[in-house]
Amino acid sequence: MTRLSGWGRTPAANASVVAPSSEDELAELLARGPLCARGLGRSYGDAAQLAGGTVVDLTGLDEIGPIDESGAVTLGAGASIDDLLALSLPQGWFVPVTPGTRQVTMGGALAADVHGKNHHRDGSFATHVESLRLVTPQGVFDLSTEVDPDLFWATAGGMGLTGIVTRVRLRLLRVESDVVLVDTDRFDDLDAVMAAMVEGDERYRYSVAWVDCTARGARTGRAVLTRGDHAPAGARAPRAPRPGRLGVPIVAPSGLLNPLSVRAFNEAWFRRAPRHAREVPHSLGSFFHPLDGVADWNRLYGPRGFVQYQFVVPDAAGETVRLAVERLARSGLVSFLAVLKRFGPGDPAPLSFPMAGWTLALDLPVGAASLPEELDALDELVIGAGGRVYLAKDARLAPATVAAMYPRLEEWRAVRERVDPDGVLVSDLARRLHLVGR
Amino acid sequence: MENAFGQPQSVVVLGGTSDIARAIVRKLCAARAEVVVLAGRDPRRLAEAAREAEEYGATRTEVVEVDAGDPASAGPAVAAAFDAVGGPVDLVIVAVGALGDQSTFEDDPAEAARMITVNMTWPVVALTAVRTRLLAQGHGRILVLTSVAAVRVRRSMYLYAGAKAGLDRLCQGMSDSLAGTGVRLQLVRPGFVRTKMTSGQKEAPFTTGPNEVAEYVVRGLSTNAPVIWSPPVLRYLFMVVRHLPAALWRRVADL
Repeated sequence: MTRLSGWGRTPAANASVVAPSSEDELAELLARGPLCARGLGRSYGDAAQLAGGTVVDLTGLDEIGPIDESGAVTLGAGASIDDLLALSLPQGWFVPVTPGTRQVTMGGALAADVHGKNHHRDGSFATHVESLRLVTPQGVFDLSTEVDPDLFWATAGGMGLTGIVTRVRLRLLRVESDVVLVDTDRFDDLDAVMAAMVEGDERYRYSVAWVDCTARGARTGRAVLTRGDHAPAGARAPRAPRPGRLGVPIVAPSGLLNPLSVRAFNEAWFRRAPRHAREVPHSLGSFFHPLDGVADWNRLYGPRGFVQYQFVVPDAAGETVRLAVERLARSGLVSFLAVLKRFGPGDPAPLSFPMAGWTLALDLPVGAASLPEELDALDELVIGAGGRVYLAKDARLAPATVAAMYPRLEEWRAVRERVDPDGVLVSDLARRLHLVGR
Repeated sequence: MENAFGQPQSVVVLGGTSDIARAIVRKLCAARAEVVVLAGRDPRRLAEAAREAEEYGATRTEVVEVDAGDPASAGPAVAAAFDAVGGPVDLVIVAVGALGDQSTFEDDPAEAARMITVNMTWPVVALTAVRTRLLAQGHGRILVLTSVAAVRVRRSMYLYAGAKAGLDRLCQGMSDSLAGTGVRLQLVRPGFVRTKMTSGQKEAPFTTGPNEVAEYVVRGLSTNAPVIWSPPVLRYLFMVVRHLPAALWRRVADL
């Protein structure tokens, strides 16, 4: 038995971990009993663990095929974005969508249908997947948006519960350099940054704002907005991002990230940013994956761990973002980083998180007595606005709330039922949120 | 499954009619608890506690009748409770215990044996069965209600407090044995709590009600504190109390 937890280091579970190296082995495992797929363990909660059961570690399926002239490449489900970039960037190809870390596998990226700073222009991960191979208890399927689109879209954002992805064919993005030219703007309140994003995001491929949720009064929601696009060809050929050199060797004592230290961090972050800067070159790593520079940064939150709360609300409900930020500032709960971004339209996947509108992500240390109720209250606010919470980040939603946030849940269950009638594919997240038959 | 704050969806309570256990269950049901199984002796009071759990949000409750005077009944009761949940059990609360007025029975060897059985032997037999089951599940939490009285035993209740002390120390070892297994055991050491068990007793300083204890317990589920004191100040008070000279202790204990 191996002890597993999500990136938020909570809740823990012991499971037997097996690492199959072929589809035949996977099919055998599926025939044997309940199991759950796991990649690099970057989902924050309990999506990639199954207490007392079998967890299939897929990081061994990490082969990467040749990149054809159109930028399409076939990868094993266990290959990470980091692995891919090491190979593809020197040839002038970048991933079409990347989350805030390179340490995610293709299978994980698809299962969570991850998004990046370019969602408003380019959509989420699954949009760029040409086809995929899925091993289910009912056999192996090669899927695309043309071949069995229902199962394809149920798998995108399906949290690994429709089968085990073994291969994806991904369309990459042509880039001429390994540099992003970034415009930075600082805003003293939330309304100003949101207005600037509405007005100007379309001009940029990438856009994201960091919001200070610890500032009180008139400065509540002050923000630093960074937007940019890949730089044209430079003097040297693009190089892969370098691995980070810093690390957190031990679990920090709980309370290291407390209201005081988090407030100080936010203050420094805000002051460090220039009021306005134009076309400043950033490396791909520092722009897309700043936290990858510090290995195991989740240990900073101490033994109790932390939760990430990420919600999206429709464009018309931008007010909800302000209410949430104010509520948090009032409650005295502090978020180490709050990230605000605009989404473009969602894809056809019934459980995919993004929808056109605003998304805010908060990192909150576990331990504050009022945190569980505060987040339950935010759930109500989000549901009232027609929004939802990101399952890949979740470790605390209630089953009824999920059903209200994801109205197409039944439709997804019906597709799932077809390939897994006996409920072999399961996870602690699925059990906790009653996503699959109990 | 329990969430990031240690809030369970399925709960088994051994000693389900205890006032403190009921207060904890009310809070858990208001949070995420769906299935609650209550084991205890009195069918009428079990039914009442079950009804209360449903009022506070449980979608299903079951009761298991068991007498903590018979250690042989502990294993089957645990098995029946887990079967009644019918899936993973996220939290087991051990709240079995008996206090009474010791001056009325302290000369009766049979009563002395019964006090040790109810307050220590039965809970230990039950915990042994619970531990095995939770280890197989790969996750789960155990809350064991002892008492600050177990930290320094008073002459007016040495049978109760001595038995609780045995349970308390044994659980500290069991808790350590579970490190790294996904299963966690937490001790709850309340001070004097106004309940049916203590009715008629003289109140001590820092007396609380069951709801206040439950408040600290729910908080403790999220912090994973190995010992949950209620109120928390007792932790520091008893650091002092446990080292008082016996002559001084005899005097302050009866205050």
